[in-house]
Amino acid sequence: MEWILNNLPRITDLTVAHLLLALPAVAAAFLIAVPVAWAANRVRPLREVLVSGTGLLYAIPSLPLFIVLPIILGTGVRDTFNVIVALTIFGLALMVRSAADALDSVDSGVRLASTAMGYSPAKRFFSVELPLAGPALLAGLRVVSVSTISLVSVSAVLGVQSLGSLFTDGFERGIVPSIAAGILLTAVLALLLDLLLIAAGRVLMPWSPGGGR
Amino acid sequence: MAIDFRNVTKTYPDGTAAVENFTLHVPSHTCTVLLGSSGCGKSTLLRMVNRMIDPSSGAVLIDDNDVATTEPVALRRRIGYVMQDSGLLPHRRVIDNIATVPRLTGASKADAHRRAQELMEIVGLDAALARRYPKQLSGGQQQRVGVARGLAADPNILLMDEPFGAVDPLVRVELQRELQRIQTDLRKTIIFVTHDIDEALTLGDQIVVLKKGGEVAQIGTPENIVEAPANDFVAQFLGLDSARRSLKAAPREGGGWLVSDGRGRPLGVVDSAPDQQHATD
Repeated sequence: MEWILNNLPRITDLTVAHLLLALPAVAAAFLIAVPVAWAANRVRPLREVLVSGTGLLYAIPSLPLFIVLPIILGTGVRDTFNVIVALTIFGLALMVRSAADALDSVDSGVRLASTAMGYSPAKRFFSVELPLAGPALLAGLRVVSVSTISLVSVSAVLGVQSLGSLFTDGFERGIVPSIAAGILLTAVLALLLDLLLIAAGRVLMPWSPGGGR
Repeated sequence: MAIDFRNVTKTYPDGTAAVENFTLHVPSHTCTVLLGSSGCGKSTLLRMVNRMIDPSSGAVLIDDNDVATTEPVALRRRIGYVMQDSGLLPHRRVIDNIATVPRLTGASKADAHRRAQELMEIVGLDAALARRYPKQLSGGQQQRVGVARGLAADPNILLMDEPFGAVDPLVRVELQRELQRIQTDLRKTIIFVTHDIDEALTLGDQIVVLKKGGEVAQIGTPENIVEAPANDFVAQFLGLDSARRSLKAAPREGGGWLVSDGRGRPLGVVDSAPDQQHATD
């Protein structure tokens, strides 16, 4: 604890750096996964290919991906963009399936009713199907968020600064509190972000049994 | 607005025919009931009117205009639709559900809500329910919201697909009565789909009894159909050959008649026999 207090400015910087890597990746994974999932559900023969295919991305070992990506992207190994792209790929692997299932779970009666009332297909997607898939999308997003926060730490091995750096530095220099703080703060950050997502769900989806009222 | 089905056929790619060569005139301002068991194509016929389903051949006309020439989304917005299990949007409050179609057609939120409040009163919903979500309402209340939503854009045509099928019998009777009351005031052209004979007899100005594949067994007023079923199928469907509807009248002590069904279960009394009524007319 004392170690944390003494190193507060550095820890704050690392937390911000950690979030700057994780948040864009989580957001990108979500924004890409939803249209991919939509397409997968639209073209049924494509569904398994897209859903299982993106799911397999998770099987890529993270460290090699961090190293191979710069070659493909033409960025440096320590470039944050490289890390964000890698994290986005892992996020997609989780998010596409849950988004496809979420969009698929919208009640067919409600779909039928909204068509019968005169929603155009696009309007129906954005004002009926997407909101109703919300709770299931949120569940998927929470998994992606937690997983991304913890994965960011791996990039510390490459020398990209994040809370993971507390762990690698502590390990190299034999400072146990630094290692402990790295692990602890990563977990706390993941938890805080999760709580934030739950709160956002309650505000955005007051109608959902799990969210609010 | 009158609706005409002209030699309508719907065949699915796998070869099954939901409806074959169906023709019907639905007069303006009346309620036509499509009556039949599941698989008779009654819902398919209903959905052809607002182009949820397009016929494989034949045409559906509204006031002599082929609906196929109208853009589906625009067409649907001017036809009310009420379905079983209400189909309410679970993420919208009651008031917003009712205001859906006016909002889609560009009414301001304030106007649409004002209209929705009027409709809540018309269908007998407490104004206090406006801010609730559909799941917080009883089944009967949800169906009322469904009816209000169907009426919100003041459509001339109302399509009702077993709207009261999922509520308990007492509430169903109450909802039927409300619909009759509303219809007396608003005089919409209604097509009402049901498999419930009593419901058909209660609501229909015209009843179309359907066999499998949309084959018409009989078209007539409720009186026509009960009085003179065209064939065994209709008689059987109505239960005319069962004890339930073969009524007997026996002279009652102190004048009048006691009416009972075929099993001898007393149903009620008639103060004077029909022929006596004629005599006093």
